[in-house]
Amino acid sequence: MILAPAAQLPMSSGEEFTAPGAEIFWAPLIGEGDWAITEQMVWGGISVILISIALVMLTRNVSIVPSKSQFLFEGFYNFARNSIARDMIGSKHFLRFVPLLFSLFTLILVNNWFGVLPPVMNPTFGRIGFPIAATLVVYVVYHWVGFKRYGFSGYFGHMIPEGLPGWIKPIIFPLELITYFITRPLTLALRLFGNMFAGHILIVLFVSAAAYFLTQGVVFKVLAVPTFLMAAVMWMFEALIQALQAYVFTLLAASYIAGALAEDH
Amino acid sequence: MLNLVATVPAVVTASGADKPPLIPHIPELIFGFVMVGIVYLVVSKMVVPNIERAYEERRAAIEGGMKQAEEAQAQAEAALQSYEAQLAEARAEANAIREQAREEGASIIADLRNQANAEAARITESAKRQIEAERQQAIVSLRQEVGSMSTALASKIVGESLEDEVRQKGIVDRFLAELESGAVTPEKIGSSSEGTGADS
Repeated sequence: MILAPAAQLPMSSGEEFTAPGAEIFWAPLIGEGDWAITEQMVWGGISVILISIALVMLTRNVSIVPSKSQFLFEGFYNFARNSIARDMIGSKHFLRFVPLLFSLFTLILVNNWFGVLPPVMNPTFGRIGFPIAATLVVYVVYHWVGFKRYGFSGYFGHMIPEGLPGWIKPIIFPLELITYFITRPLTLALRLFGNMFAGHILIVLFVSAAAYFLTQGVVFKVLAVPTFLMAAVMWMFEALIQALQAYVFTLLAASYIAGALAEDH
Repeated sequence: MLNLVATVPAVVTASGADKPPLIPHIPELIFGFVMVGIVYLVVSKMVVPNIERAYEERRAAIEGGMKQAEEAQAQAEAALQSYEAQLAEARAEANAIREQAREEGASIIADLRNQANAEAARITESAKRQIEAERQQAIVSLRQEVGSMSTALASKIVGESLEDEVRQKGIVDRFLAELESGAVTPEKIGSSSEGTGADS
């Protein structure tokens, strides 16, 4: 992936430097146009295989007294199970949402870290299709549990916070409706996508700029050093952001499920 | 980017690299569902059931362990109580034995004292009796000796006139009775023999 912008870079001296844009994310491997299979799809598929094998291997022989690898896995699993699912949804209902939340957390975390992991160096969720798919799953799930719990009209009534004076309810209701049906899914998908998209562009920008500087005069060659350093700093910063965004996505998904389930606001 | 915004109708039909980043590439969207679905299936069918069963077993084991520990503690407490009861019993028994020993000692001492007193009384009694007997014997023998001596003395003085047994006995007895009653004063005897009178 990193080669794609490099190929587009003007390497011969004297040519203009073009900053990397959205086009660096377009990486068709098989086919062309609207139905091309992209590099991100391949990496996503590989991540699914790796995750499935790793999780099955780690939990195939779980025992009461954990081995070292089981102990480490339990720490990771408990983070999604207790710190996200149980803390947000509450100990009464959380267990049936743990598989979904743990799946989302693992899948997003691994694919995000693909963005800083050589040789992949490409965050899968920097392509809007993947965040939309994950968000739609969450969207359907939280509305489904809400309708199931409160009934069709009951669920809409449930959206209005309790204890409000009667005259303000007609004003609040459309706002809550927009929140539940538009704002939440939109922000959930765009937050993940935007972070991965921008972070990847930043890294590519610094690396390609440094590479471009090396083709220019002596002053620019010296400038290439801090530019590369900056790329390394961004690389580490991105690793942090990617883990954080996986956490935020899962936490908000749990929060929306909790909001649809909650006894009161 | 600017030219894309300028040619808005082209956005909808654009594909590949020309597509704006917010328009999803349909294969990726579909594959996104597939990815979430596969991981969800693996996690919900294999991973979570296994790990949750282990958690449940662990919870049961810990609860069982705590129950066992409680039982062990209860047993230890019961044992301690029985030991304390036994100790108290043994202490009471020791006290009783000590008390009994003291009483027995006291009674033994009392018995010995009684025995010693009885023995002493008996010895005193027998000594008194012996002394009495000896005194009687001495009186009898003295009386005989004094009688014979005085008879001899008198017969020496008077001659053979008093040889007659019956008279002799009567005279001596009378003399002795007089002597005892004080009719005969010792001064008369004393005056007849000066040297011995001062000693008696």
